[in-house]
Amino acid sequence: MELIQGNEACARGALAAGLKFFGGYPISPSSEIAEILSSRLPRAGGVFVQMEDEMASLGSVIGASLGGLRAMTATSGPGFTLMQEHLGYASLAEIPCVVIDVMRVGPSTGVPTAPSQGDVMQARWGSHGDRAALALAPASVAEVYDLTVQAFNIADRLRAPVVVMFDEVIGHMREGVELVPPRPEDIWRRPDPVGPPGSGHRAYAPNEEGVAQMPRFGDGYRFHVTGLFHDERGYPSTNAELVRQTLERLERKLAPVPFWLPPEKYRLGDASFVFVAYGAVSRVAREAVDRLREEGVAAGLYRPRVLWPVADAQLREDLAGAETVVVAELNRGQWVDVVARALPRSIRIVSHGKSGGEPVTTDELLAAAADLQPRSVKSS
Amino acid sequence: MTTTAKALLRREMMPHILCPGCGHGIVMNTMLRVLARRYDNLNNVALVAGIGCSSRIVGYIDANTLHTTHGRALTFASGLKLARPELKVIVVTGDGDGLGIGGNHLIHAARRNIDLTCILFNNETYGMTGGQLAPTTVREAFTTTSPAGNTEPHFDAAALATAAGASFVGRGQAFRPDALEEVLERALDHRGFSFVEVMTDCTEYFGRKNSLGGGSDLLFTQSRSDEEVSRDLSEWPSLRPGEGWQVRETQPIGVLSEDSRPAFEESLGLPGYKRKET
Repeated sequence: MELIQGNEACARGALAAGLKFFGGYPISPSSEIAEILSSRLPRAGGVFVQMEDEMASLGSVIGASLGGLRAMTATSGPGFTLMQEHLGYASLAEIPCVVIDVMRVGPSTGVPTAPSQGDVMQARWGSHGDRAALALAPASVAEVYDLTVQAFNIADRLRAPVVVMFDEVIGHMREGVELVPPRPEDIWRRPDPVGPPGSGHRAYAPNEEGVAQMPRFGDGYRFHVTGLFHDERGYPSTNAELVRQTLERLERKLAPVPFWLPPEKYRLGDASFVFVAYGAVSRVAREAVDRLREEGVAAGLYRPRVLWPVADAQLREDLAGAETVVVAELNRGQWVDVVARALPRSIRIVSHGKSGGEPVTTDELLAAAADLQPRSVKSS
Repeated sequence: MTTTAKALLRREMMPHILCPGCGHGIVMNTMLRVLARRYDNLNNVALVAGIGCSSRIVGYIDANTLHTTHGRALTFASGLKLARPELKVIVVTGDGDGLGIGGNHLIHAARRNIDLTCILFNNETYGMTGGQLAPTTVREAFTTTSPAGNTEPHFDAAALATAAGASFVGRGQAFRPDALEEVLERALDHRGFSFVEVMTDCTEYFGRKNSLGGGSDLLFTQSRSDEEVSRDLSEWPSLRPGEGWQVRETQPIGVLSEDSRPAFEESLGLPGYKRKET
């Protein structure tokens, strides 16, 4: 058992997953990740480089990943904004990489560096175009470690950028943890290339999971990588049908992720009053559930660990028994629309958003519950 | 020759996107001849480009080719080179790509002295988007966004790279591929960040807007000066006397500066980085 903060757990999770390249730019409240890796990564045989800005950071990460290394960067809101173009690039060009976003209050420089969950929609739609996005949301120091490992696994298996996002509370909070490094068999690999090396290699020929089977650069497979829509050789194309098929495949290949990392369902079985919360907010929501249960309210917590993509049907099924759903977030209400879209109109959905840089408290959630309870109690 | 320029082309990618009379094709051909002399195949060569007419060129070459985002080619190339120090990484960029949107990355790559070769095609305009004002457009030149003539001073790309710490800086012209070949050879031999600015031409926009003529007429404008402009070249091409063209002045060509200091890869102690490449 040791006492460490979320940012350190993130750096150690990345190392345990086999991180070999980090390109980053300092920004609070994520800087500890870079600081720790600047000393530990070279000792683990990897390369740490501090780039000139966040666009360069993710650019270098994508380049290193093409060279075959597990690569990541870490940032916060303003830097995450600057990385959006390269997130789109990595999605379309199918380059595995991991981006850590330790969220602070925005927009703009905002409140450095008070906690927030304000980047949830940015992770979904921040990059232009109909991009399929992947974002994981750990809620504890131990889970930051585990989900950072999983982020690398998913990135490699699906050849996609994976965002791991947590608020400043999780990043800086210290918890006693027992970190369990992944076993070799827990590490997923990129799909192997098919066909012989040489020119015109079909690096973008998808496997049965819809994932490009791309070799790394420099192994004798000569192929083209571009942010233009492209055919299986990577050659640019403006064919509308190819564009549609590519977008569909890039979305479809991410669909299993919410099932690989299922949501946590806390006392949800018979719950009619349900909190939906992720990250630090889920921790107070759990306490609120316990307190409400003591008062006889059938309360429960639904905590997604994957914010994007959303498995609508899974969400609908998991929350089918709810009468009231309170979506508690450290923003003005971003994931609540996801819940509202998935659930039938018969379920009352309430957004409990909080901005300003102060954490959500248990008492606030209990007060919110008290306002809403009459219907919940009456009907149960 | 170890192979031929033609053999290094992705013939299936033809036709290319370059306009008739564009100087880029001459520069590309020169690059191919240099590469063909050095390699049997390009298995260990990565060509990394940004966005723009010149950046499209990498796709036509049968190598490990990476067409990135606007201005950021050097950042992708840096990550790739640090991940695979044994690869020869060549960046192809334009003046808008490398000095406008990507200027920050250029100066930092130069400062780090990472062992890359950056070839910047300077046609003094944003060609792909329709001939707008670039940071390299000289004063008084007409572009589609400087209809009354440019009022801004322009960047001297080679001087900028030198000041930022590039350990090799050269300049060539599409007009003189033989001299360019020599500069490119020496840039590729160099250990550390080598930067080559190549003066080339946008006949469709820059040439037309400034009444410089098209195709060969425009090329000739690269070689008009009353001054000696050769620097450290084995043979100096003769010049035609400067006359008539107001907005163009031939810049010195050749090897402008070269020094020997540890490449970034050596400073990091990367095991895959050999002291001497052949």
